[in-house]
Amino acid sequence: MASTLLSLASATPSASLSFHEINKGKLNRGCMNKEKTNPFIKAKSFGRVSMVVASNVSRFEGITMAPPDPILGVSEAFKADNHELKLNLGVGAYRTEELQPYVLDVIKKADKLLLEKGENREYLPIEGLAAFNKVTAELLFGVDNPVIRQQRVATVQGLSGTGSLRLAAALIERYFPGAKVLISSPTWGNHKNIFNDARVPWSEYRYYDPKTVGLDFEGMIADIKAAPEGSFILLHGCAHNPTGIDPTPEEWRVIADVIQEKNHIPFFDIAYQGFASGSLDTDAASVRMFVARGMEVIAAQSYSKNLGLYAERIGAINVVCSSPEAAARVKSQLKRIARPLYSNPPVHGARIVANIVGDSALFKEWNAEMEMMAGRIKNVRHKLFDSLSSKDKSGKDWSFVLKQIGMFSFTGLNKAQCDNMTNKWHVYMTKDGRISLAGLSLAQCEYLADAIIDSYHNVS
Amino acid sequence: MIISRFLRRGISTSTSPTRRRSWWDHVTPALKDPINAVTDAFLADPCPYKINLGVGAYRDDEGKPVVLQCVREAEGKTGATNFLESTSTAISSKLVEESAKLIYGEDSDVIKERRFAGIPALSGTGACRIFAEFQKQFYPGSTIYFPDPTWSNHRNIWGDAHVPDRTFHYYHPDSKGLNFVALMDDVKNAPDGSFFLLQPCAHNPTGVDPTDEQWLEISSLFKVKNHFPFFDVAYQGFASGDVERDAQAIRIFLEDGHSIGCAQSFAKNMGLYGHRVGCLSILCNDKIQAVAIKSQLKQISNTMYGSPPIHGISLVSKILSNPDIKALWLKEVKVMATRIQRMRATLREALERLGSPLNWQHITNQVGMFCFSGLTRAEVDQLAKEFHIYMTHDGRISMAGVTTKNVDYVARAIHEVTASDRDIKILHNIGAYKVNTDICSTSLGTKKTRARGMNLAL
Repeated sequence: MASTLLSLASATPSASLSFHEINKGKLNRGCMNKEKTNPFIKAKSFGRVSMVVASNVSRFEGITMAPPDPILGVSEAFKADNHELKLNLGVGAYRTEELQPYVLDVIKKADKLLLEKGENREYLPIEGLAAFNKVTAELLFGVDNPVIRQQRVATVQGLSGTGSLRLAAALIERYFPGAKVLISSPTWGNHKNIFNDARVPWSEYRYYDPKTVGLDFEGMIADIKAAPEGSFILLHGCAHNPTGIDPTPEEWRVIADVIQEKNHIPFFDIAYQGFASGSLDTDAASVRMFVARGMEVIAAQSYSKNLGLYAERIGAINVVCSSPEAAARVKSQLKRIARPLYSNPPVHGARIVANIVGDSALFKEWNAEMEMMAGRIKNVRHKLFDSLSSKDKSGKDWSFVLKQIGMFSFTGLNKAQCDNMTNKWHVYMTKDGRISLAGLSLAQCEYLADAIIDSYHNVS
Repeated sequence: MIISRFLRRGISTSTSPTRRRSWWDHVTPALKDPINAVTDAFLADPCPYKINLGVGAYRDDEGKPVVLQCVREAEGKTGATNFLESTSTAISSKLVEESAKLIYGEDSDVIKERRFAGIPALSGTGACRIFAEFQKQFYPGSTIYFPDPTWSNHRNIWGDAHVPDRTFHYYHPDSKGLNFVALMDDVKNAPDGSFFLLQPCAHNPTGVDPTDEQWLEISSLFKVKNHFPFFDVAYQGFASGDVERDAQAIRIFLEDGHSIGCAQSFAKNMGLYGHRVGCLSILCNDKIQAVAIKSQLKQISNTMYGSPPIHGISLVSKILSNPDIKALWLKEVKVMATRIQRMRATLREALERLGSPLNWQHITNQVGMFCFSGLTRAEVDQLAKEFHIYMTHDGRISMAGVTTKNVDYVARAIHEVTASDRDIKILHNIGAYKVNTDICSTSLGTKKTRARGMNLAL
């Protein structure tokens, strides 16, 4: 039962890769109706009298089901499982030690304040709430960063990370037609979809090394070097999704060197600021280092995880330019792109973030809660590592569990092994071997260790 | 392949002497959105008695934005926002179900048989955009027909989805009413199976709506031509004050068996502008097809912004599903629509009292938030410069911005700037000009325009 559901869930987004590569410009993902003409004009029979006058026949007759989302499909399969020891390590949503969803205290406070204030619900400007845009840029680049003081950052509120990435993708498509975005292999599944739908070509740079369960640094550098000059290099600012593998500070410097050398544009996706190390500032170090070199940088932010605002869709796209005048022009074009997408962004999440980040007491509280959440994940990593090391007598090096950072860990398990995790052990995870540590409790670390050891050694 | 970038002339930022050029040199400033540009100009005006008749956001008689009581009650009931992502799906489904009931009718077959695919959307804009992308994906060679004129953003929405657009005749500038004959001609002459965007009530920007009889004829012709009707429903409740009445056009199409698409917005009728709540629905053959289509719509939206923001969705689904709160909402919608109707009548009377010989009956004939005044660009500019009254260049007045306190001033200002039109009118009345269309209403006070149009129908 569970395995049938999982085989559905195992459809990877790479299916759309081949569509895109082959049919660039002719997106027909999911389209089964190959006829160019209206099916109603041909006197086609649908099992009743063929008709010229339309009755209740839909013109979307031939539309098939879209492939299920591989990540959300895991949660669905998990829900359907009745086993008492089941573990959901699928979607990257933070859970407490009791494995309950967690609404941050600062969120409750900020939301209550908003309710009391009873502000109006008028349209935001297309670029979003000014107070939010200010604090979000300051949070990422640092309040005293020259790029902020010099007004060189075009910041536009976006619908979480996804929406912000989409704005940037559309900007790239419009102003750098034909330029490629390079994404890590692997990367978050939706990256490819976003660039496909925005009609931006992409290719991959090597990232994950299955032999070391670590970073293939040489491969990464080689692929970035080999890309056509002026490519956009998509980098995860911290806590790489799905691997949990981040470059070291020294490696970041080399990456920046190569990008500068090849005249590429660094494009950061920062979805976990605060969740990697527990410190909001530390986690922004990579972005800040690039900016400090005077590079023009694109950076997408999300508050889905670090403030738990998944459902409110709050994030931002930032474009650091070499002059305030360029920033103003870029901002105007981002607005031009946003207007026919959704006119203006939603107000609620923006007000919450602005209230928290803009209030020193609430901001301090948030920092503390952030440390607590990241701390819990670090503890779980340690416990898992200890359990693996003590239970596994083969001498395999499990230290990658400690080296990896953030919500996710790439276990190095292959698909068959992952299937075993689910079928035998009722541990739900994505087929690429990713587990979300946010969904793991200390109490279950030993059980998970057993499952991993069994799957690794006894299944191939 | 790579656009060459120019060396920036003479600048150097003090932090990075090596940075000489910008990636973004070739990015020109975007044209300002025409509607927002009006608001910007208004905001920049220091005059204390300035008036904003630009953007279509409801204001009360004090000129203030309104948070509806039903919204406050819904918030009270839902407590602090529900941030848990696990309940998002349930709330979203509820929103879709309630929205569909609202527009298609609780007792309609499509509801009973669940023959619709729907997703929450980012207000009307978002719903239109998802549909445009869906249309492009599954009918890649198709175009979209817009009424002439239509909301300025429609063209951008379908344009950015790479769907080319055409127009069909709609507004008759002479009668300031519906050009029904030409409309039907265009519908007839369009290739079979074309996609049409229709506004079922309170047309934006003209305020000109077809009558029920005209909708019946349009629907019949659509059947013959197998056109796909896509309704943009931004003002349900705002036209007549009655949500059922305002859905008549859609009910007519449903009766005729059309499988329509529908974008709904709760920005105006629930005052939830900033929350971006809407719904996109597409009618299907059956439940199975509905599931397939919904999955495709969700995929498009997942790639665009993930999922829609939950706060507004919670409010709307609460308002629509709680009978007491819904009753309150319906009352409040009626209040808003009534105030606008009253302002229309007042403005028209004021102009007539001033002795304007021009025909102002379109102010009360037109429906909903907007009045297509017929003012020229020059007159609009003059209104802004001399009288500090702001509206879009096409002469569209947002009646929601007119209040008891400012209506006389607005009337006087319009009277002033139309002085030269009056001269032309006087000359016309003494026979110096000929007016030669039988659709056009040429005499003051007649309501024959639309009736004439109907007699000339197919």
